[in-house]
Amino acid sequence: MKVVWVQYFALLREQARRAEERVETAAGTPAALYDELARRHGFTLPAERVKVAINDEFGAWQAPLADDARVAFIPPIAGG
Amino acid sequence: MKPRKIPGGTRSAGKGEAKAAAPRFRLVAAPLDPAQLRDELLDARAGGFVSFEGRVRGRNEGRAVRSLEYEAYAALAEKEGARILAEARARHPIVSAAAVHRVGHLQIGDLAVWVGVTAEHRDAAFAACRYIIDELKARVPIWKKEHYAEGAPAWINHGAPAGSSGGRNLGEIRKSRRRQQSTR
Repeated sequence: MKVVWVQYFALLREQARRAEERVETAAGTPAALYDELARRHGFTLPAERVKVAINDEFGAWQAPLADDARVAFIPPIAGG
Repeated sequence: MKPRKIPGGTRSAGKGEAKAAAPRFRLVAAPLDPAQLRDELLDARAGGFVSFEGRVRGRNEGRAVRSLEYEAYAALAEKEGARILAEARARHPIVSAAAVHRVGHLQIGDLAVWVGVTAEHRDAAFAACRYIIDELKARVPIWKKEHYAEGAPAWINHGAPAGSSGGRNLGEIRKSRRRQQSTR
């Protein structure tokens, strides 16, 4: 098991009922972590519509997930 | 999120080369003042100045909108915004560029995003301004939630969350995915 720090925004923040949380997980990738948290929190956005950031940089869904990583899930952007 | 002072933006720097034309992107929680933002950008090299102002409008896709909430992932938004400004400077012969995006709860008519570009000549200023606003909307992690005159508020671009009627058709979703892929 590893510990990661997860941030949520917009709809994901509302559905998770929190902006951030500490998560103990066996997930090996951000993709597996999203699946796990989507089930736990009932996210309605499929992973294909979400991006991931690791330590405040855009990251890859299939990259190895490091212990103590800061993970942010980014729903579809709508600035401007 | 606190508004931050623009580095090198002091008026005492004098006109001309003394004022560094560093890329500048900011998220701001207070109302934006376009005249002040423009003054911070102008200097003796700027033969042309172009700006874009994005404002909250009272209708979207046929629905009456009361207000808009903007939320940002500040740490990444500031990095990505700075990258876009740097790209604009690399692609177009401009003097300087800045972009500011509001966060928080905005009312109809409020200024949500401001982009300003100075250049010796107008072609580069127009092109760079267009590039910055287009990339900003596609890449910078900022979200907006619309509050309507009737019905539940909805996050824009989020497709159809449970119980909402705010879905987009598949063609639009595919189009926006293609654009996201092409810019990353």
